[in-house]
Amino acid sequence: MNLLLADYLPLVIFFGVAMFIGLALLAAPFLIAPNHPDSEKVSAYECGFPAFDDARMKFDIRFYLVSILFIIFDLEVAFLFPWAISFKEAGLFGFWSMMGFLGVLTIGFVYEWRKGALEWD
Amino acid sequence: MSIATAFFYIFAVVTIASAIMVITVRNPVHAVLFLILAFFNAAGLFVLLGAEFIAMILVIVYVGAVAVLFLFVVMMLDVDFAELRAGYAKYLPVGGLIGAILLAELLLVVSAWTIAPESALRIGERIPGDVTNAEAIGRVLYTRYVYFFELSGLVLLVAMIGAIVLTLRHREGVKRQNIGDQVARDRTAIEIKKVETGRGI
Amino acid sequence: MVEFWNSYGFPLTIILVQSLGLLVSVLLVVAYLLLADRKIWAAVQMRRGPNVVGAYGLLQSFADLLKFVLKEPVIPAGADKTVFLMAPIVTAVLALSAWAVIPLDDGWVVANINVGILYIFAISSLGVYGVIMGGWASNSKYPFLGALRSAAQMVSYEVSIGFVIITVLLCAGSLNISEIVKAQDTAYGALGWYWLPLFPMFVIFFVSALAETNRPPFDLPEAESELVAGFMVEYSSTPYLLFMLGEYVAITTMCALMTVLFLGGWLPPVNYAPFTWVPGVIWFLLKVCFAFFMFAMVKAIVPRYRYDQLMRLGWKVFLPISLAMVVIVAGVLQIFQLAP
Repeated sequence: MNLLLADYLPLVIFFGVAMFIGLALLAAPFLIAPNHPDSEKVSAYECGFPAFDDARMKFDIRFYLVSILFIIFDLEVAFLFPWAISFKEAGLFGFWSMMGFLGVLTIGFVYEWRKGALEWD
Repeated sequence: MSIATAFFYIFAVVTIASAIMVITVRNPVHAVLFLILAFFNAAGLFVLLGAEFIAMILVIVYVGAVAVLFLFVVMMLDVDFAELRAGYAKYLPVGGLIGAILLAELLLVVSAWTIAPESALRIGERIPGDVTNAEAIGRVLYTRYVYFFELSGLVLLVAMIGAIVLTLRHREGVKRQNIGDQVARDRTAIEIKKVETGRGI
Repeated sequence: MVEFWNSYGFPLTIILVQSLGLLVSVLLVVAYLLLADRKIWAAVQMRRGPNVVGAYGLLQSFADLLKFVLKEPVIPAGADKTVFLMAPIVTAVLALSAWAVIPLDDGWVVANINVGILYIFAISSLGVYGVIMGGWASNSKYPFLGALRSAAQMVSYEVSIGFVIITVLLCAGSLNISEIVKAQDTAYGALGWYWLPLFPMFVIFFVSALAETNRPPFDLPEAESELVAGFMVEYSSTPYLLFMLGEYVAITTMCALMTVLFLGGWLPPVNYAPFTWVPGVIWFLLKVCFAFFMFAMVKAIVPRYRYDQLMRLGWKVFLPISLAMVVIVAGVLQIFQLAP
């Protein structure tokens, strides 16, 4: 087994132990606690009356816009990671190529800002 | 059988099984959750290949960002499945045609595909020296492959602008808070006086 | 058989014991941080806080645990049962598994992977799933709204956390968390840690960590005055406990991350005799407690944000500042040739 995988094996085991603790906690009350459901107890929480309509409704498209913008910035961050740790090796050229990349995305960011995509109303 | 091989089979089987579940389960939310499971196992496969950086980026970008958007869309849109199925027969010929064209194209690509003979020698080639693979990527991506890198920046820009053009709608009559205006005071609005104790103004 | 034991069995047993030990100690620490949170909150409001179970209420968290386990688990009729029960597990297990890569002392780490910081970043970006799944599976209106809010909120602050991590990486030059701590080991002691040279990023990280873990003043997903308990409305018994646990473990992880990135991890604040005798793990724990104290004080004294203000702060203040700081830090390192 090579060295790199030897670093990851503890991760898997750790995850397994954490999973075991979580499942044990989840299962415990189903085994030892009382369980007497009735129709009122298992109905959805509302302000004292039965629900009018379905809980899953359409909502503002703005939430989608936020998550799309997040994907783009997340990718930007993903590109920055290798650059940050090989900063010296990439040298001055690497520095300026990243500045160009960030510059292009800053144009996009300014466009967003001017268009009001970052306003929340 | 070593532990690594055992893990390879676990990851591979779960990836394929969950990929099949993605396209067969009826509930779209469950489909997205299976997709996430598939991503995780693919990340596991990358780790087994030694590509730990790619594995983490796969989780960060696909599971942490893209799948959130998918989940958003399928969870919160209340999709009426009866209505969707009603149009099934009507759109079948068009959909079938597109499917057939794609299949033909894929077959053409696969049949015309040749693997460069020298690439076989490079499989499993190690990165020289004591360099982690994130650093190895960093050493070539921003210098040797700078055009591709800048191009990806432009693609992201287009995506950003496209998302805004497609989805941005302003509601009328919304009063927005302008914190700058709210907090700002000009010098005439207030006057500062020193008050001595017990005297008053 | 002996050979198998030596090559696989023995190392596996050691890892298992290490993992179990670390998890149990994390859970114990979280139990007392929870108590500390309530005590600090009470002290700020001039109350006593929990003081009945055990001396000074020291056993309160364990009493709470017992009570949760003995309560009836209610699953709403309209809920998607599998996803409903999976959501708290996802929250708690993901939060716990981040601890596998956090070094408590030099070499005291369960999995010393090369991309440790990316792993933590990935885990913290997955925290949103527990909330969305719980909110959706409950099939009820308050949880749904809570999930919606929280998803957009966590996603917004994730970006600035990413940029903050980049500036630290620029200074440290490695993705391995132990290496990041070692890079802060200078002759200046506490003044050489990154909180001072990267002070604006330290502040942004602290506030973003509050938002990322749904802590007050950013606890809009579970704002009790408007959403009752947000995405956790329909939960009871240990499923609820797991959500709470996940939340507090995530907070502790954020404190640990702050310690590692900005407060020098296990390093002593002064590089001279009496301080260097203290074991590193004690320093680490003290720093985590300090970070948590700041979290608790913010909860006690700051009123809740409004949603539009929250989004404005994330996208229009933190994002541009942290982006600019990445450029500035890189520029300074390039000009003065300081890069590691």
